[in-house]
Amino acid sequence: MAVIALKEYSAVPRDLVANFNGKQLVYASWDHHLLFAAPFLFCVPPQMTFSEWVAGPLTQLIAADPDAKAVDWSSVQWLKANQPWTPNFAGSLAENGVVHKDQIRFRTPGLNSLLTVN
Amino acid sequence: MDTQVTKKKLGLKERYKLLTRDLGWETTFHSREEVFPYVHYEGIKIHDWDKWEDPFRLTMDAYWKYQAEKERKFYAIIDAHAQNNGHLNLTDAHYLTAIKIFLQAITPGEYCAHKGFARVGREFGGVGTQVACQMQSLDEVRHAQTQIHAMSNYNKFYQGFHAFSDQRDRIWYTSVARSFFDDALSSGPFEFMIAIGFSFEYVLTNLLFVPFMSGAAYNGDMATVTFGFSAQSDEARHMTLGLECIKFMLEQDPANLPIVQKWIDKWFWRGLRILALVGTMMDYMLPKRVMSWKEAFDIYGIENGGALFNDLARYGVRAPKGWGDAAAAIDHMSHQLMLGLYQWSFGTAFHGWIPSDDEMEWLSAKYPDSFDKYYRPRWEHIKKLAAAGTPFKNYGLAKLCQTCQLPCVFTEPGDPTLICHREIDYKGEKYHFCSDGCKEIFENEPEKYIQAWLPMPQLFQEPLKGDLGAWMNYVSLVDGQDNGDFDGSQDQINFDKWRGMATSNK
Repeated sequence: MAVIALKEYSAVPRDLVANFNGKQLVYASWDHHLLFAAPFLFCVPPQMTFSEWVAGPLTQLIAADPDAKAVDWSSVQWLKANQPWTPNFAGSLAENGVVHKDQIRFRTPGLNSLLTVN
Repeated sequence: MDTQVTKKKLGLKERYKLLTRDLGWETTFHSREEVFPYVHYEGIKIHDWDKWEDPFRLTMDAYWKYQAEKERKFYAIIDAHAQNNGHLNLTDAHYLTAIKIFLQAITPGEYCAHKGFARVGREFGGVGTQVACQMQSLDEVRHAQTQIHAMSNYNKFYQGFHAFSDQRDRIWYTSVARSFFDDALSSGPFEFMIAIGFSFEYVLTNLLFVPFMSGAAYNGDMATVTFGFSAQSDEARHMTLGLECIKFMLEQDPANLPIVQKWIDKWFWRGLRILALVGTMMDYMLPKRVMSWKEAFDIYGIENGGALFNDLARYGVRAPKGWGDAAAAIDHMSHQLMLGLYQWSFGTAFHGWIPSDDEMEWLSAKYPDSFDKYYRPRWEHIKKLAAAGTPFKNYGLAKLCQTCQLPCVFTEPGDPTLICHREIDYKGEKYHFCSDGCKEIFENEPEKYIQAWLPMPQLFQEPLKGDLGAWMNYVSLVDGQDNGDFDGSQDQINFDKWRGMATSNK
C-alpha cells in the first residue's frame, strides 16, 4: 500500500513542474568537490541551452573552488540520473532530455585541490 | 457518644484505580469500534488492554503537586538569572547559536509531542495507556513553555530569538525536525508511540539532551540548565512509557513484530538526521566543548543503545537497520552539515563562523581519521577566501532530501569524497534522497512523502517566486542582524561591550 491509511488514499505532489511559472528545477553537483556542501538547485527555463546554463549559472556557482578555472568543459564527464550521459551543448535543456528535478553530475578527473580522492 | 472514626486514607494503588476506573466504562450507545476507530488500521493486534502496566501509577493530584513544585523552583531561578544579567556569564555569545537552533528546531517539537500525546491518549483503547499519554501530553506542553520562557531572557539582548515559531514552520534547517514531528503526528497511534515514545524519548533523548544540557552547564548558561533539570524527572517517566508500550505491543501478538521492527528502523533513521544538528553544536558551536559528537555517540548510542537492543532481542527485535551506516558515518556527519550551515549562513537565523586554529586542533584530535584528511583543507581554503576579502557564500541553494528535508550533504557509505546521490521515479515524478535510509522510508509510503513541503523548492513557487529578499521577510529573518558571520555581528559587539562594563571600569 502506498500509505497506511483507513481508506483509499492518494495525494498531489507538492513540487509539480506546473508550480514553477514556466521554469523547472535542475540539480547539479561536481563529484569530489565538496567545498559545496550539497548539490546545487537551479530554477531555470527549459528553453535555456545547455551551454548557456554551463557558462552562466553553473560556472558562477562553482567559482569559489580553486579547481574552477581549470575545468575544461569539452572534456568533462557527465552523468544524468546517475548514468553516463553526453549533453548537446547547443541544444536546450528540454532537447537534452533534462526533465524537472533531474540531477546532473560532472567529473573532472585529476582536479582535486581540496579533497584527496581515495 | 460514638467515637468518631477517622476515614482511612486511600493508598496510591487505590487512588490510581479510582482515577482510571471511571474512564474505563463499557460503551453501549456506540460500538467500541466506533469509539476507538484508529486502533486497528495499522495492523497492530491487541487482545487485552488490561495487560498494559503503568509502572508509575501517578495520580492526578500527585502529578499536579510534583509539577507545581518544579515550576516554582524553575521560575525562581529564571528570575534570578534575568535580574543578575545571567547572560553575561556565558563563555561567549557565539554559544547562543546552539540555543537559537534549539529554540527554532527542537522546542516546537515539544509542543508537537504535546499535541500528539493528547490525540493518542484519546485514540488508544486501554485506560492505563490513556492516562499515561494524557500526563505525557501535559509534560510536553510544560517543556515547550519552560524552554520558551528560559530562552526569552536572551531575546531581550540578542538577535535570532524573536521569530522562532515562524522559523520552525518556514526556514530550511529546522525542517528536519518539523518534518519528523509532522510525520509522527500524521501516523496512527501505535506508530506515533514508536516514533516519539520509543525512538525519540528512549533511544535518542540521551543523545539530544545530555550533550545539550552539559554544553549549557559548561558554557555558563544557567537558564538552559534549569529547564533541563525541570524536565529530567518527566523524561524518566517518558522513557518508561515508551519502553512499556513497545513491550506491550510485542507481547500481545507475534504478528506485531514485523510492523514494530519496520517502525524502529524508520524512526531511528529519522531521529539520526535530527541529531546531525546536535552533532554540529557539540563539535563546532560550544565555546567550551563537553565531548565530541563521536564520543557522545559511542557512549549513548553504541553502548546504551546496544544494551537496549540486546534486551529487546528476546522479543525478536533487532537493532535498527541503519545502525551500521550511522556508526560508519559518525566521523563525518557533523563536519558535513557544519560546512553547509556556514556557507548558507546568509539564510540562517543564527551566526556562523570559521573554526579558530584552536578549534581545528581540537577537531583533529577528536577525529584523527577524518578531520585533517577531509575537512581541514576546506576550512583552510574558506579562511583564505575570508582573509582575501571575498568570504565564501554559497548562493546556490541546496538539493533537499525528500524524506528528512536536510540538504543532501551526506556522502556515500564508504566514500567521504562523494555526495550520496539517490533518486527514484514515482508516478512520473523524480524524488531525491540523502541516503538509502531516507529512500527506503519514502518507498514504504510514497503517497505520504510526495506531499513534503520542502523549503528550497517552495522558495521558487508562489508567492515568493525565487525572491530572496521576500523570502527573508517570509521567514522573519532580519538581514544583517540575525544571519551571517558572528565576527562583526551585533551579538558579538554587544556581548563584548556589556561584559566589559560588568568586569572593568570602562
